[in-house]
Amino acid sequence: MSSDRQPTTRRAAGEKSSERASEFTTVSGYPIRGLYSAEDLSGWDPDRDLGLPGAPPYTRGIHPAMYRSRLWTMRQFAGFGSAADTNKRFRYLLSQGQAGLSVAFDLPTLMGYDSDHSHSEGEVGKCGVAISSLADMEALFDQIPLGNVSTSMTINSPAAILWAMYLAVAEDQGVDWKHLAGTLQNDILKEYIAQKEFIYPPKPSMRLVIDTIEFGARYTPRFNPISISGYHIREAGSTAIQELAFTLRDGIEYVEWGIRRGLAVDDFAPALSFFFNAHNDFFEEIAKYRAARRIWYKTMNERFGVKLARSSALRFHAQTAGCSLTAQQPYNNVVRTALQALAAVMGGAQSLHTNSLDEAWALPTEFAATLALRTQQILAHETGVANTADPLGGAYFVETLTNEMEDASWKYIRKIDEMGGMIAAIERGYPQREIADASYHYQVSVDRKEKIIVGVNDFTGEESPIDILRIDESVRGQQAEQLRKLRSERSSEEVARQLAALRKAAQGTENLMPHIYAAVKAYATLGEICDSLREVFGTHEEASIT
Amino acid sequence: MSDKRIRVLIAKPGLDGHDRGAKIIARALRDAGMEVIYTGLRQTPEMIASAAVQEDVDVIGLSILSGAHNTLVPQLLNLLKQKGMSDVTVLLGGTIPEADIAGLKKAGVAEIFLPGTSTQNIVDFVRERATRK
Repeated sequence: MSSDRQPTTRRAAGEKSSERASEFTTVSGYPIRGLYSAEDLSGWDPDRDLGLPGAPPYTRGIHPAMYRSRLWTMRQFAGFGSAADTNKRFRYLLSQGQAGLSVAFDLPTLMGYDSDHSHSEGEVGKCGVAISSLADMEALFDQIPLGNVSTSMTINSPAAILWAMYLAVAEDQGVDWKHLAGTLQNDILKEYIAQKEFIYPPKPSMRLVIDTIEFGARYTPRFNPISISGYHIREAGSTAIQELAFTLRDGIEYVEWGIRRGLAVDDFAPALSFFFNAHNDFFEEIAKYRAARRIWYKTMNERFGVKLARSSALRFHAQTAGCSLTAQQPYNNVVRTALQALAAVMGGAQSLHTNSLDEAWALPTEFAATLALRTQQILAHETGVANTADPLGGAYFVETLTNEMEDASWKYIRKIDEMGGMIAAIERGYPQREIADASYHYQVSVDRKEKIIVGVNDFTGEESPIDILRIDESVRGQQAEQLRKLRSERSSEEVARQLAALRKAAQGTENLMPHIYAAVKAYATLGEICDSLREVFGTHEEASIT
Repeated sequence: MSDKRIRVLIAKPGLDGHDRGAKIIARALRDAGMEVIYTGLRQTPEMIASAAVQEDVDVIGLSILSGAHNTLVPQLLNLLKQKGMSDVTVLLGGTIPEADIAGLKKAGVAEIFLPGTSTQNIVDFVRERATRK
């Protein structure tokens, strides 16, 4: 398409520059020219490259009427303290007009440790809610009818286990699994690349992911078993192009593994969903989402030969950029978040989380979380941006940037193909190194004031502290007590029997979901189930790249 | 002291996997001519204290974004004392609420660097502390 085009200068020869900088770049360091025009789009075919909203290649969005038919889902990520604490926050958010739930788990849960494990000390309930067994999951969704809400769960290495707990709560509430809606994050590849919450080595971890995809295709047609995530790649310091390319290459890896499992691609591809960052650079972000849809459309058709239209239409959740929030002048974060959210909406997001102003300090207070939700409601109902599909379609700048981001992503995707796929690339440290380099270069440009952050390296002033959320340190003690009670009341023979069956199955090749489900129902704890799999799979240590 | 390279241990205690800041600081200190050892992820206070002894470092830089600082940092400081390493300068960076800063400093943390700190400030601080001894 347009990758080799030379930057055009619109200035007459000899005219003196009156520009305020020698070069203009996006927050990712990507060069931006002074003007874009029809010349930049020579060779670009609007019928082929743009199409209509709801039609291939989905550049303009995946629904014909976009937000005129249905607004994006306002889905605020929440979780802290005990299951009862978070249940209260969930019910508050639902009462305030939020449409879907999104669970943040604490670090012990993310790493597959019970709250009373020694590694959990100091971490219980801090970054999210502590869930160690089905009993905690029952408390988390107490009085929330799972047939009427959709629930997103940010859980990766132990995703199959937390999902089994959720399915068990649904069964207990009498909700048919066919009606359950929601999303598991369950994207282990980006853990090795960026977020680093991995337990097992890549191959057994991929098996667990494919087990959930296979199980979901069979029993939970409305539940997305995976959310292929660029968010954390970007938070770790990548450029927008790296976020786009690595995420879509991860998507390709999951599809290849699914096919290798023997699944028909059209049976599981429609349930694959994506998750992108919404960062500061407005047009770069919009172009990123549009390019993502076009790349995925081409990939699914040309590489995998899908038959269903839904198999190649990329649906995504967006979250505003946590790493863009500043501890200094925290109220400025409200403005940043609103503009980032606007970019996600202009880019056609299906659901959105807006961060709270206080998150460079701690988890959000109820006041800050409500303001973040209100930001989305103002965008949806007051600004008029949801009145037409893809309002920026056809703009010279946006279409050119979309083309250029697509071209740059293909280069990365081809390079990773040549390395033998994403797992091989991860084992070589390739995406990790690319991100670390980008992150360092960005920091250098901030330190040199080549990039200005208001309130941090310019426009600084007096700071006054804000109220922040404190997590009660007693959560670990309460959890430990409940776990002791649980272990004494459940049938330990049944737990031992189910864990032994799980270990045996893990040594073979069968789908582990039914065994995990049975163990969860017997009130085996998260830590016990993860330990059983650790025995069979081993654990993963990364070679650190600085 | 002046002709010896400053030795710094950059460590990630606890379960937190957010290593962007730790890696940037490791690289900035290295670019400033210091000897930097990065522990990698998920180190217990015991592992960090042992590494500090083994590597004979002048400075330990901790990065914590999980909210576990009030538990993990005092544990490390106690272990350093037990190992006769209380002259090591301990620095902390990450998501640390203002209200916790005074207590952590009283416990022995030399300085706490909040989000938005320039790497040059940290380089200057480390150099000043390490050469003062």
